[in-house]
Amino acid sequence: MTEVTLVNTNLPQQMSGRAPQGAPVKKTPRQWLADYRWVLLIAVADLVVWLFWPAQATPVVRNTWDYLVEMVVILIPVAVLMGLFEVWVPKQLVGKYLGRESGWKGIALALLFGTAPTGPLYAAFPIAGMLLQKGASPLNVVVLLNTWAAIKIPQLLVEANFLGPSFMLVRLTLTVPSAILMGWLIQKAVEKTGGLDIAPA
Amino acid sequence: MSSLLNWSMYVIVFGALGVLAARDRTKAQQAVKIAVKSFFGILPIVLAIIGLIGLLLGVVPPEVISRYLGQGAGWWATLTALVLGAVLYIASLVSIPLAASLLRAGASITTIAAFLTGLMMVNTLTLPLEIKHLGKKMALGRNLLSLLFAFLIAIVMGMVLQ
Repeated sequence: MTEVTLVNTNLPQQMSGRAPQGAPVKKTPRQWLADYRWVLLIAVADLVVWLFWPAQATPVVRNTWDYLVEMVVILIPVAVLMGLFEVWVPKQLVGKYLGRESGWKGIALALLFGTAPTGPLYAAFPIAGMLLQKGASPLNVVVLLNTWAAIKIPQLLVEANFLGPSFMLVRLTLTVPSAILMGWLIQKAVEKTGGLDIAPA
Repeated sequence: MSSLLNWSMYVIVFGALGVLAARDRTKAQQAVKIAVKSFFGILPIVLAIIGLIGLLLGVVPPEVISRYLGQGAGWWATLTALVLGAVLYIASLVSIPLAASLLRAGASITTIAAFLTGLMMVNTLTLPLEIKHLGKKMALGRNLLSLLFAFLIAIVMGMVLQ
């Protein structure tokens, strides 16, 4: 269980980027203000537009409203999906199956493992480092990282919704082989230059 | 199409939650708690980006967007988008609506794909952390190759989708 608590990939931390682990749930008005400072800034900018260029105010409000509706409609199932992944996907088991001898199975597993998480990529670095220390191959670790970075499932749903299913599918189809090729190249380079250069844990 | 996608997503996701609730009540409650926390955690930045999109689309005429980011803008626009994507740190969930708004206003697929792919795969800001955990070879190799592949992916996407 330590691996799970080691890297808590819950979204609120990724977004605010500074809430410490186990932070109290109750927020002070000051924290609310800090969280919503950009929203307030944009509201002020909207107000300025309304005051000085009233003709532009209508398209601004209409566009904001349209995107707000579109985003909230997709964000609800995406949030539920994130919750499901957090409780359903075992994180600590994966390390065992990503070694150098794992072949295509290891790649497939790295791909699968990379699509499920919901946290930011920097949450994946400690996991990836740990996997490397435990003997996972550079190829599999790169596949895992790039999958995590570029083709997480919740992200793909938002992408299909906003940019269209064909945009999402073409990008997915191109990204998977790119990630594998990249991993292979890096693995070869690491082997040719005398192994990994991380400090032992 | 997108409304069909939305509906099927609601059905699948809440169906899965129902199945989980039937099998393990505490786990389902935990999932709902995380979902609510995720939703409200991401809300400030989502609202800010949506506000920015609304402002941008309302104030900047589409002709300007398509002149600087459209087909005619050429390689410089795509390269700039790629570098911007590589240097900036925007969570992908909120960068996607931003990219979509620019695309709908006339930006080219290649440029938008370069921006998004660069944003997702190349992480300049967190590079020191990546080096710390993975070593210089892995971290620099991954980011440099990602930059190259992001560019290639964007070009192919532009050819396939335009």
